Amino acid sequence: MTPDLTPITLLAQAAAADAARDIAYLLAAFCFIFGIKRLRSPKTARAGNALASVGMALAILATLLHADPGALPLALGAVVLGSGIGAVLALRVQMTQMPQMVALFNGFGGLASVLVVTGEWAQARTAGETLAGAVLLMVGLSALIGCVTFSGSIVAAGKLHGAISGAPVRLPAQIALNIAGVVVALALVVVLAGWAGPGWALALLVPIALALGVALTVPIGGADMPVMVSLLNSYSGLAAAATGFVVDYNLALIVSGALVGASGLILTAIMCKAMNRSLANVLFAGVGTADSTGAAGTTAEGRAVKSADPEDLAIMLDAARRVMIVPGYGMAVAQAQHAVRELADVLTARGVTVMYGVHPVAGRMPGHMNVLLAEADVPYEQLLDLEQANAEIETCDVALVIGANDVVNPAARHDATSPIFGMPIIDVDKAGACFVLKRSLGAGYAGVQNELFFADRTLMVFGDAKQTLQKTLAALKEL
Amino acid sequence: MNEILVMSLFVFALAITVGYELIQKVPQTLHTPLMSGSNAISGITIVGGLALATLAAGGDAEGGLSPAARWLALAAIVFAMINVVGGFLVTDRMLRMFTRK
Repeated sequence: MTPDLTPITLLAQAAAADAARDIAYLLAAFCFIFGIKRLRSPKTARAGNALASVGMALAILATLLHADPGALPLALGAVVLGSGIGAVLALRVQMTQMPQMVALFNGFGGLASVLVVTGEWAQARTAGETLAGAVLLMVGLSALIGCVTFSGSIVAAGKLHGAISGAPVRLPAQIALNIAGVVVALALVVVLAGWAGPGWALALLVPIALALGVALTVPIGGADMPVMVSLLNSYSGLAAAATGFVVDYNLALIVSGALVGASGLILTAIMCKAMNRSLANVLFAGVGTADSTGAAGTTAEGRAVKSADPEDLAIMLDAARRVMIVPGYGMAVAQAQHAVRELADVLTARGVTVMYGVHPVAGRMPGHMNVLLAEADVPYEQLLDLEQANAEIETCDVALVIGANDVVNPAARHDATSPIFGMPIIDVDKAGACFVLKRSLGAGYAGVQNELFFADRTLMVFGDAKQTLQKTLAALKEL
Repeated sequence: MNEILVMSLFVFALAITVGYELIQKVPQTLHTPLMSGSNAISGITIVGGLALATLAAGGDAEGGLSPAARWLALAAIVFAMINVVGGFLVTDRMLRMFTRK
């Protein structure tokens, strides 16, 4: 039978292919929504992530239904190349490097949005078409947000990786410069939309938006990174949604972009609330030092700290009934999560109840500590959030602070002059005794000395957290 | 034209609302996988790159895909796929750790 190639049949086939593609996009959106829904519990989360990836595969296959056969080999080559690079990066990265990996992927997502809308713009230009004003507006917004996401994420990843200094960099007239940058960029977006998309406007917008991303991220100190990473995550979603308006009002892009945008915004709000600071304050105050655990020993003005040996810690832990471990960025730096778990195992075997108090902004990204503890096989049921931890802390005989600083500083409760006043903290000073594992008497990210270190019931154990824990473990086994 | 714009904005607003409701219920423990997983979802721009890159090539009377647009789209595909595959895989690696016994 020869194929029927009459115009009417071809039209009907094209319409059927369109419908099939659109239904596949709808299914993909459902997969994303129900995939995220399953992230409510660690038990179902893995299946949820798998469901979302099935949705993505569906969307990709449906798009290929319309592919011109001649253009397919190059496009598939690009798919294979990107997939290969992504897989290698994802399988090789260590858990402690996860913050910079997430930031880097996020940046690539933003860059992809910019490339797509620029390509669509170039294509319309070649074909001699003028895109509608609303579409051009979205070209501009996607290019702006996508470029800020890209350069901002690269700077964030560089800071998190230690490739560039984690310290906040204050440029002269920084706020004024940033505001001017935003105003000029928005003006260019308006010109793009209102004057039929002139090339010079797009050519100016891209470098200005890239510079803006750098300027917005450079002033963010290490401890404020969870906020910035969440915000950039949100931007990548918004860029994808704006791109959806450009790519023939593609609802798969619009829905997915909106989901990611909402996700990032909620995480940003949670992180800000956990620090009792406004987003504007985090973005522009330039608070912080390079590394809250690494700052050189600022000696406290004449105040004495009590220090203890790992052996003393072992004796106290052995005598305790309930112990709360409070981890911070220092645990990640020392890669001490496995040593923590070993110590907890030995204590549990001796009849001690061990729990973990995890502050929302401990570490460098939302949920950072939880991932590291999960890597060390700590059951997630033992991980308490801020409220749960504070409800339990007074029943604990020992609080063991590992590389955390500002999130346990009691000054946040009562010292109105402290930069971190009002920030909710884990009240480790209310435990029977508090041991702080730290390299030095360094100040926290806000540059404030931690009064916890000088409290009556606090004992400092100086040294590398991992080595201290291993010594404690050895001492414990000899008791 | 205006109709489809308004409809798309409507869908966008609804999706933001759904996202807001869904994500508020994600526990702190899973915030990192949430971020890397949603990050992978934002790689959905792959669809835009693919649709553009697989238009018929130019040269005939009707125009067709310009070389500049093609290369931009191909670059978009590479970066979006890094985001998609990398994002889903690291998320899976993390979530596996949360569920193993």
